[in-house]
Amino acid sequence: MKLTKVKTEITEMDMTPMIDMTFQLIAFFMMLINFAEGDQNERIQLPASELAKPAVSLLESPITLHVTDKDSVIIGGQEVSVDGLKPFMDREASVLSMRGKSPAAATVIIRGDKDARTITVQGVIKTCQLARFERFVLRAKEERGY
Amino acid sequence: MQIEKKGSEAKVEMQMTPMIDIVFQLLTFFIMTFKIVAAEGDFDIKMPLSSRSEGPPPEEQLPPMKVRLVATSGGQLSKIKLNDNDFGVSFDGLHNYIISLIGDDRGPGSNQESAEVELDCDPQLHYEHVIRAITAVSGYTEADGNIVKLVEKIRFTPPKPGG
Repeated sequence: MKLTKVKTEITEMDMTPMIDMTFQLIAFFMMLINFAEGDQNERIQLPASELAKPAVSLLESPITLHVTDKDSVIIGGQEVSVDGLKPFMDREASVLSMRGKSPAAATVIIRGDKDARTITVQGVIKTCQLARFERFVLRAKEERGY
Repeated sequence: MQIEKKGSEAKVEMQMTPMIDIVFQLLTFFIMTFKIVAAEGDFDIKMPLSSRSEGPPPEEQLPPMKVRLVATSGGQLSKIKLNDNDFGVSFDGLHNYIISLIGDDRGPGSNQESAEVELDCDPQLHYEHVIRAITAVSGYTEADGNIVKLVEKIRFTPPKPGG
């Protein structure tokens, strides 16, 4: 029996659309990536406000305090009580003084959980005031208008 | 003259495999580190330790507005009061009252510039109600997205000893 030779062809896949899409995806994720996680904490659920708009300018010497719903404060990854916050704030104030800055010019960002007790937030503000901090920012989640 | 054809035309193909490998690794990295974060905004408050001014306020200035937020034992809001006005639990009522007090007057010496609100909250009140109160007194967003400011000076009543 005579075997017929089948002519084989190398089939090449067109990779161009896939590469295009992949680069677009990379560009998308690169634009949205956020390395600054120091001011975020997944334990804190911020209250919402329609007036809370992202700051247009950088805050001066920001210090972020996370106030939990368990009456504690997280500063620099460490969880302390409101009373235990004072040494940390004194240290921050002395670091600022060494840099020739006044604590009054620094900004304390308060990220309070929506279920945190008001007295805890007030206690945090009072502790900061005792360490000579004057400028506070209450952070809230952006909410669409009514 | 006859031109001699040198050699055969070889098709040069770019090696795509390493590039695709790297691109997929990058894509995997970005997908794994991607976090959806809600946009956050700030309320600026300047609050020195002794901010209360001594003596009566000038006559042209609005009288001090003390917003009292009463809480249930569970920390939920049970009453909003501004001086002698009771708004129940309606922040809209408080907001509209503040608008009626401030009016459209803006600029130096205006009611809007001099108005000051003191928040007197029960200790156990949940913080979200405080933010809602601050939102109600500090302004509103117009349809075109502009923010109209009302009261900019906001402070807290110092916690009562043992509270």
